[in-house]
Amino acid sequence: MSITVSNISKSYKSVKALENIYFNVKEGELFGLIGPDGAGKTTLFRILTTLLIANEGSATVAGFDVVSDYKKIRNNVGYMPGKFSLYQDLTIEENLNFFATIFGTTIKENYELIKDIYVQIEPFKDRRAGKLSGGMKQKLALCCALIHKPKVLFLDEPTTGVDPVSRKEFWDMLKRLQQKGITILVSTPYMDEAALCDRVALIQDGKILQVDAPNAIVKHYSKQIYNISAHNMYLLINALKSYKYNHSVYPFGEFVHYTDQRADFNPENLKVYLESKKLSQIVIKNTEPTIEDTFMELAK
Amino acid sequence: MSDNKVIQVEKLTKMFGNFTAVNAISFEVEKGEIFGFLGANGAGKTTAMKMLIGISNPTSGKANVAGFDVFTRAEDIKKNIGYMSQKFALYDDLTVKENITFFGGIYGLSRTKIKEKSAVLVEELGLEAVANKLVGALPLGWKQKLSFSVALLHNPKIVFLDEPTGGVDPITRRQFWEMIYKAANHGTTVFVTTHYMDEAEYCDRVSIMVNGKIEALGTPRKLKEQFKVDNMNDVFLKLARG
Repeated sequence: MSITVSNISKSYKSVKALENIYFNVKEGELFGLIGPDGAGKTTLFRILTTLLIANEGSATVAGFDVVSDYKKIRNNVGYMPGKFSLYQDLTIEENLNFFATIFGTTIKENYELIKDIYVQIEPFKDRRAGKLSGGMKQKLALCCALIHKPKVLFLDEPTTGVDPVSRKEFWDMLKRLQQKGITILVSTPYMDEAALCDRVALIQDGKILQVDAPNAIVKHYSKQIYNISAHNMYLLINALKSYKYNHSVYPFGEFVHYTDQRADFNPENLKVYLESKKLSQIVIKNTEPTIEDTFMELAK
Repeated sequence: MSDNKVIQVEKLTKMFGNFTAVNAISFEVEKGEIFGFLGANGAGKTTAMKMLIGISNPTSGKANVAGFDVFTRAEDIKKNIGYMSQKFALYDDLTVKENITFFGGIYGLSRTKIKEKSAVLVEELGLEAVANKLVGALPLGWKQKLSFSVALLHNPKIVFLDEPTGGVDPITRRQFWEMIYKAANHGTTVFVTTHYMDEAEYCDRVSIMVNGKIEALGTPRKLKEQFKVDNMNDVFLKLARG
């Protein structure tokens, strides 16, 4: 195992940030920690990268205990925090050199590992980090986290605030790094990114909701979900919410995802009900659950 | 201007020196519509929106927002729109009620009106228990719901939302969209700028900006058909990558 987390709990004064967190990440795995802001993702990252000590539980990274062997962990992991934390007044090249030197290596020695990413920002290597665009900053931060050839890479919300094109590029880069044998733990608030991971842990309010492969998580969803649309979304939501047999009603883009309490549910009855509520252009169709549906069902 | 078009934009352009940030964009938004304004980082969304809300002068073109010309009536525009940014939020060191009173005052509501609105709003949002607590202590999702309501305090014709639900948990996020649907259903136009494509799926119509131009405009369903993909993220990728 590359990362083991057993029953980790952490409180800040009266706030429980993490409660009995457990999961393992296999060597070479791309593992996602999926949850909204405030779920406890960053606290967990700080514990695993030895920057914070848990109140309870234990964890190992690359075979080392996060408390007793913290110095060894620091040499073996790369950490890209959610907040850009490179030196804004150093250039791209100076930042990279700085991090290489700290870890007692050189850019040249590990160039192979960062090459794919670095060539994209190398034309601007004399530009100060503070003057870079979001996408470029992110690539530089990733290079700096990789320059000492870590065994495990921690990426805390690398794609937050990044547009879809840069997001796609970033995930492509992660896949290539994974192929080079690096274990990756990545956190994200975007449910759709779960599908890009080998396995994920869904986390909310400091608690793990589920740990599994993304396609398995979706399979655990037991109810049939219906995509419903009508001429007016607001009236449709209100009507469904006041339907006494509803189990869940969630807007989902151009549709509402609806589940019913009854095992013998017949969509035709619902249609009749909606018509009685003066809705028109009603369409009710079966649909497949997504990670987000599962997340909401578990968090309910 | 016809009653139904609350935003009319024609060949609106903004140059910074030789750089054309917004390149002759044209579109219209109707009363009560939820309009998604999409684009990659640096595509010109923010510059375009600043012109629409009356805080940046266009270089050329025409725009009429909430019945007022952006060139000559910027101050009137500001009084008739609401604005909510993900970053701005509210004053963390004021209580829920104090924030409402403060923003109500800024928008020129009378004391009695503020009191009345404040009571309704606190009740609707289910914030009774925390009405006298500092906003800083509220969870992110509550803050965002509150700041949306505050942006609607003065019954604006249009409310501009900048990436309203990024990072919010999926359940709260849907409660937020229900609030948006409700506002739109009551005739408020909702203008959402975002680069989260799943937010785009909730809009009645969306426009996508690439390098200063609007390269696509339509309902999410039409755009998905047009680009032969099954989600807005793929529409965006196809457009932005050419």
